[in-house]
Amino acid sequence: MIETIEPKLTAKDFVTDQEVRWCPGCGDYSILKQVQTVMPDLGIPREQIVFISGIGCSSRFPYYMETFGMHSIHGRATAVASGLKASRPELSVWIVTGDGDALSIGGNHLIHLLRRNFNINVLLFNNEIYGLTKGQYSPASPMGSITKSSPMGSVDHPFNPLALCLGADATFVARSMDRDPIHLREVLKRANAHSGTSMVEIYQNCNVFNDGAFEVFTEKGTKKINTLMVEHGKPLIFGENADKGIKLDGFKPVVVNLADVSANDLWIHDEKDAVKAGMLVRFFDKPSSAHYLPRPFGVFYTEDRFCYEDAMVAQLEEAISKKGKGDLDALLKGNNTWTI
Amino acid sequence: MSATTELKKNVVILFAGDSGDGIQLTGTQFSTTAALYGNDISTFPNFPAEIRAPQGTIAGVSGFQLHFGSEKIYTAGDAADVLVVMNAAALKANIKQLKDGGIIIANTDGFDAKNLKLANIPAEQNPLKNSSLDKFKLFEIDVTKITRNALADSGMGTKEMDRSKNMFVLGFIYWMYNRSIENSITFIKEQFKKRPELIDANIKVLKAGYNYGDTVEAPMQRFEVKPAPVESGTYRSIMGNQAAAIGLVAASQKSGLPLFYGTYPITPASDILHDLAKNKNFGVKTFQAEDEIAAVTSAIGAAFGGALAVTASSGPGIALKGEAIGLALMMELPLVIINVQRGGPSTGLPTKTEQADLMQALHGRNGEAPVPIIAAYSPSDCFYSAYEACRIALEFMTPVFFLSDGYIANGAEPWKFPASKDLKEINVQFAKNELKEGEKYLPYKRDEKLSRPWAIPGTKGLEHRIGGIEKQHETGNISYEPENHEFMVKLRQAKVDKIADYIPLQTIDNGNAKGKLLVVGWGSTYGSIKTAVNEAIEEGYDIAHAHIKYLNPFPKNLGEILKSYDKVLIPEMNNGQLVKVIRDKYFVDAKGLNKIQGLPFTSIEIKNKIIEMVTK
Repeated sequence: MIETIEPKLTAKDFVTDQEVRWCPGCGDYSILKQVQTVMPDLGIPREQIVFISGIGCSSRFPYYMETFGMHSIHGRATAVASGLKASRPELSVWIVTGDGDALSIGGNHLIHLLRRNFNINVLLFNNEIYGLTKGQYSPASPMGSITKSSPMGSVDHPFNPLALCLGADATFVARSMDRDPIHLREVLKRANAHSGTSMVEIYQNCNVFNDGAFEVFTEKGTKKINTLMVEHGKPLIFGENADKGIKLDGFKPVVVNLADVSANDLWIHDEKDAVKAGMLVRFFDKPSSAHYLPRPFGVFYTEDRFCYEDAMVAQLEEAISKKGKGDLDALLKGNNTWTI
Repeated sequence: MSATTELKKNVVILFAGDSGDGIQLTGTQFSTTAALYGNDISTFPNFPAEIRAPQGTIAGVSGFQLHFGSEKIYTAGDAADVLVVMNAAALKANIKQLKDGGIIIANTDGFDAKNLKLANIPAEQNPLKNSSLDKFKLFEIDVTKITRNALADSGMGTKEMDRSKNMFVLGFIYWMYNRSIENSITFIKEQFKKRPELIDANIKVLKAGYNYGDTVEAPMQRFEVKPAPVESGTYRSIMGNQAAAIGLVAASQKSGLPLFYGTYPITPASDILHDLAKNKNFGVKTFQAEDEIAAVTSAIGAAFGGALAVTASSGPGIALKGEAIGLALMMELPLVIINVQRGGPSTGLPTKTEQADLMQALHGRNGEAPVPIIAAYSPSDCFYSAYEACRIALEFMTPVFFLSDGYIANGAEPWKFPASKDLKEINVQFAKNELKEGEKYLPYKRDEKLSRPWAIPGTKGLEHRIGGIEKQHETGNISYEPENHEFMVKLRQAKVDKIADYIPLQTIDNGNAKGKLLVVGWGSTYGSIKTAVNEAIEEGYDIAHAHIKYLNPFPKNLGEILKSYDKVLIPEMNNGQLVKVIRDKYFVDAKGLNKIQGLPFTSIEIKNKIIEMVTK
C-alpha cells in the first residue's frame, strides 16, 4: 500500500483568487498576512477551518482566506459562529470583527459568546473608527474624537474592550497590534491553542480616517516607553532600555526605575490570575494622563472552563444513555392513545 | 333524585375560574375522557397574560373551552352550552359566551363579599342573588364546603383541601354527561405517584362530585353525547405547538440531518422549545439565544454547517429577524422560520390570536426578498406544515416561513397520527468534491429546481465563501455589476416561483367546483369556515370552501379556481391581507370579512356573511 503524505501547506495555500480591496496602507493587510502565515503551523486541514465575519472593513477578511467562510450581517458574526460551532464542534471557527461590529451593533452577542465559552477565536480589529461608512466615531473612539459625525468632538465615553470581555467572563484575553508581526503571530497561535473563546484585540491603523491612533504604541520612537509586553511568569518591565518596571504598591500599580528596585520585587505576570488581569486591562489611560501606565500587550488572562458545545453534546449523550436513541414512531404516538 | 337524560349532538362547556383553580387540568381531563369515549373534540384554553394575576380578579381568570360531539367537530365552539364558574370574576368575564338558556354551574363560595369586591361587583348586586341570570339555568353548589367535608378526615389543612375543588367539578360534569371517572382516576394515580395521600384525597373528591349529581335534591338534567362517526384508527390528542415540535423532529429523522433549533422565548411560541428540549435523545440541539437576532443567526450558522436549522418566534420577534432572513435568502441556505402569530402590532395582544403577519412574511424584509410560506390550518396540521416547511427549505435551499397562530398553537384536537414510514421522503445530498484538475467549485450553480449545491465545511476541495453581498451568477463571487444584480434578483424570484411545480394543486375542501360563492381561507380560520360552509350547503346555498396552505407560491391552479365562482369571500383575523394579495395577483373582486378582536371567528359570523353575499 502506498501511503500518500499530504504536503505541508504554506501561507500561499490560504490565499484566494480574490483581489484584496482594503485601502493601500491599511493595517488589515498585515493582519491578513500574519493569519495566513500562522495557518499552516496549526496543523488543521483547510476544509475544517471556517472564517466568519460581520460587516465593516475587517469583515471582508473571509473572502481572502482559502477556507470555508461567511460574510454575514452587521454585528452577528458571533451569533452565526455560535450556531455553527454548536452544530459542528469539530470545526476550527474564527470570527473576524471590528470595534463597531463587535462592540456596538453586536455588543450583545459578544458578551454572550464569551460567557458561553464556545471554542472559537475572535479577532477584534480595533481602529477606533467606523471606516466602511467613512469616518464616524466608534464605541472605542476616545471622548472628544473629532470625526465626521462629531465635528465638535464625541461626547461618548468609550468602552475599554478587554475590560468588557473580562466582565463577561472571557476565558482568554489578549492584545496585539498590526505593526508587530512576530508578536501577533505568537498571540494567534496561543489563541488557537486555547480551548474556549479566545478574544484577541488587535490594534489596527486606519490610515484614511484615523491615522496614527495607536502610533505611540506602534512606532519605533515611542513604542518602548509606552508599551508593556507581558509574558507569563516574567516581571512587568518596559522602557527605552528595559529600565522601568511595574510594582504593586498595595493594590496600586506604580512605575518604578529598575535602578531603584530589584526585578524580583516587580509585578510578576500570572495569566491565571483573574484579579491581576482585571488590573492589567485597566492600564488604559492616555499618555497625557497623570496616572499614565504603559499600554500592555500579550496574553493577559487564560482560564480552563468547559465549552458550551461540549456541554451540549454531553447532554445529548446523557439523554440517549437514559432514554435510548429517539424512536420517531413512539414520539408520534405519545403517551395516551385510543382506538376507534 | 333521578334525573332526566337528554340526547345532544354536540356540547360546548366553558370551564372558568381563578388561574390557581386548576381549570386547565379539569378541562383537559374531561377532553381526554370524551375523546376516549369516541366523541370528536376541539378545545381551546384561554389564560391570563399575567403569570400570577391577583387572585379573584377579572385579570386572573383562566378559561378552558371544550367542544365535543357525536358529529365531526371543527372548532372549539361559538358559544357555550354550559358555563362552570369558580368565582364571581369568572362569571363576569365569561357570561357573554353563554347561550341563552344555557346552564351555569357556580361555586357559591366564590361569590362571597371578598370575591364580589375583587370582581368589582357591588355586594348588593350579587348575580346569584338578583335576577340578572334569569335567562339561564343556574345551579349553585358550595363546592368549597362539600370538598372540605369530603376531606374532613384526611388530616389535610383547608388550603390543601381547597386545591382539590376542581376534582369535585370534574366529577360532577362527568355525572352530567354520563361519563366514567375511570380515566381520571388512572390519571390521578400517575400524577401523584410520589404523594399517595393526594391520590386518595383527589379520588375521594372526584367521586364526591359524581355522587353529588345522584343525591342532590334539586331537578338536575343529564345529557348524552354519543360517539362520533370518526374514521377508525388509533388517535392521540395533539396541540398545535406540540405537533410543530414533532414535525420538526420527524423532518430531522427522515432527512438524516441533526435538528438545530435557535430561539428566544416568546408567547405563544415557547412551547415548541419546551417540547424540543425534551427530545435531546433524537440528537436535537436547542439553543436558547440571547435575543431574536442571535436565535435566527445561530440557526443560519448551523445551516451553513449542514444542520436542519429552525428558528421560531411570534410577530415582534420575526420583525427583529428580518435582516437575517434576508441573509439566509441571499446565501440560499435552508432555514425554517416559524411564526406563531399573536395580536399585533408591537407587543399587541401576546396571549390572543390573530393572523396579521401574512404581509410581514411576504414582504417584511429589505430588497426583493421572496420567501416561501406555508400556513397550518389546525392543531394537527401544524405537524404536516412544519414537516413540509423543512422539506421545501432543504430541497430548494431557501428560508421558508411556517405560519401558525395562538389559536391552533394552544388548541387541541384528536389526531390519527401517521407512521413514520408513511411520511414523504426528504432528499438531501451534500455536495461532493467531483472537480476535475484545475476546475473551480461553483457554489451557486443551479439544478433543475434552480436550487444550489450545499457544500458543508469539512468537504475537502470545496472551500468557498458566501455572504450577504450580491454575488455573481454561479461563482458566488462579489459582484456589483448592474445586469448581474437584476439577473440574480429575478433568478431568486424564479426559484421560489418554481416551487409551485413541486406542491399539490389547490383543492376544494367542501362544495361544488363552480358556484355562486367561494369562501377562501388560510390558517386557523379553517374550523369556523368549514362549519359555516357546511351549514350553508346543508341549507341549500350554492357555495364552496377552499383553504390555502401554500401561500407563497400559490398552487398553480388557484387562479382558475377563483374564477369558477361568481363571488369570493375571504374571512381573515386581520384587517384584510390575503384579500389584497389575491385581488392583486388574480384581478378577482374578492371581498374580505375581518375580525380583529384577538378571538377566532364564530361560525355564525361567517355564515351570516355568506348568506348576505349569496342572497344580495
